[in-house]
Amino acid sequence: MSTKTAVPGISVELPEIKAGFPSPAQDYVENGIDLNRELVKNPSSTFFGRARGTSMEGAGIYDGDLLIIDKSLEPREGAVAVCFIDGEFTLKRIHFERAEGHVVAIWLQPENESFSPIKVTEENQFIIWGIVTHSVRSF
Amino acid sequence: MFAVIDCNNFFVSCEKAFNPALEGRAVVVLSNNDGCVVSRSQEAKDMGIKMGMPAYQLAEQMGLKVGEDVVAFSSNYRLYGDMSRRVMTVLAEIVPSMEIYSIDECFASFKGVSVEQIAAKAAEIVYKVRKYTGIPVCVGVAPTKTLAKVANWYAKRYKGYNGYCIIDSEEKRLKAIGKLEIGEVWGIGRRYSKFLKGEGVNTALDFTQKSAWWVKKNMGIVGLRTQMELGGQPVAQLDVREEKKSITTSRSFGEMVSSLEELQSAVSSFASACAGKLRQQGSAAGCITVYILTNFFREDLPRYYNSITIKLPEASDSTFVLVEEALKGLKQIYRKGYLYKKAGVIVGEIVPCNAVQQNLFEHKDNGKLKSLNNVLDSVNARYGRDVLKIAVQGGLAEEGADKWVMKRTWLSGNYTTDIKDIIEIKA
Repeated sequence: MSTKTAVPGISVELPEIKAGFPSPAQDYVENGIDLNRELVKNPSSTFFGRARGTSMEGAGIYDGDLLIIDKSLEPREGAVAVCFIDGEFTLKRIHFERAEGHVVAIWLQPENESFSPIKVTEENQFIIWGIVTHSVRSF
Repeated sequence: MFAVIDCNNFFVSCEKAFNPALEGRAVVVLSNNDGCVVSRSQEAKDMGIKMGMPAYQLAEQMGLKVGEDVVAFSSNYRLYGDMSRRVMTVLAEIVPSMEIYSIDECFASFKGVSVEQIAAKAAEIVYKVRKYTGIPVCVGVAPTKTLAKVANWYAKRYKGYNGYCIIDSEEKRLKAIGKLEIGEVWGIGRRYSKFLKGEGVNTALDFTQKSAWWVKKNMGIVGLRTQMELGGQPVAQLDVREEKKSITTSRSFGEMVSSLEELQSAVSSFASACAGKLRQQGSAAGCITVYILTNFFREDLPRYYNSITIKLPEASDSTFVLVEEALKGLKQIYRKGYLYKKAGVIVGEIVPCNAVQQNLFEHKDNGKLKSLNNVLDSVNARYGRDVLKIAVQGGLAEEGADKWVMKRTWLSGNYTTDIKDIIEIKA
């Protein structure tokens, strides 16, 4: 059902407005578990990515997993990080090699014995793009 | 004190955020249908690529190989809209209050921030926005908006400032406007700039030395406001100036608003105002952004800011289409339980109307819409704006029409809005 309004020159169909008691359940609709809220603590700095490859299987990250990446977090020792090195994104654990309290080198550690750690040198174009906070795998 | 926070080469920076290999390269983003250059990396600027340069001239006139010497992207407004939302959200958490001015720019009030804290605050903005979103920004701080724009101009051009510049003394003000060419002043268009130079006014400082009477006579009240602002005298209600890349309509509510219905009526009148402006200038918009925010002055109340950008099936100047899409967007970002202080509608991807190509699969009767729009415009022109409005809940356009695709040869992924396009990470 619909009603019509008569404005000079224009006629617009209006859906009928439903009246009556609102459903008592209405106010509870928003209280469900929201994974966005649980897994994305900083929405403005959180991005998603797809893992491709097997080098991080030891950390429980498999080919095709959905990664939740927070750019606002500082890279702690051992953090799983999305790095950009020499033209591509790579997923590794960050290890800071220190001497006398100072960081002397950064290592990108795989979690799979068939891969070797990568030492970041000054020749590499390198950035830590973001820190992985969660990985989502579909079965 | 006011701050202007402006993203550097915004569209290009959005592309670089997901493609760090572009660092150090000449990168441009092209307008709709890959027409002309609308955003340039510093390297592209240094090469002599001009804003607005038609894309074909990159190869034909400059002899550049696209893809090698210069990397070109088609406009990806979904990405830019989402990145803009992120930048604004980060800013909203730092500054006491803000006014979003365009997709890549906002004003903030530094009211209550002590002089000693201003530099730290500006530095925090530069650092956090860059870290959280990957987008570099520059901050200009000064006692007026126009001077803040001046400060921002310097922050952008001089690396030594580390992204922010503060005009907080008479000495700095005089130095800044003394060196600034009049054409670079916010609100002084090309025509006035030419006129002023003819009158011997070459710098912003020269302009402030003209008598107020002379300025008002020759440039009207807007010119006078600019002069007062350059002099350090803040003038309220500045947000009247034209946008280049987009049209924004927004308003702060007199009283805070919480219901969806009230926001719907505000947002539909903003969308309708945008449509009116588009028709006035004979152009159409390809996308529409809706945003809502709570009062960021009130620390005692829960804060919320969100925005959404919707790609229109085809560029449109229709009040009906824009209102309908804006309301769809509003529904998605509206959350119950907040007191909203402001809402706004931004239309982007603006093209001249005669350039709009019809969507072959669109079922809408555009002829009929056009005549309705004309009725709206003529009645409103005669009797004042908004005399004739659309009843909101109409639902005129049909859904599910196939999307018409513009020429977008170099379109990047929707890294943040489409799960199929998220970045891939070698593990």
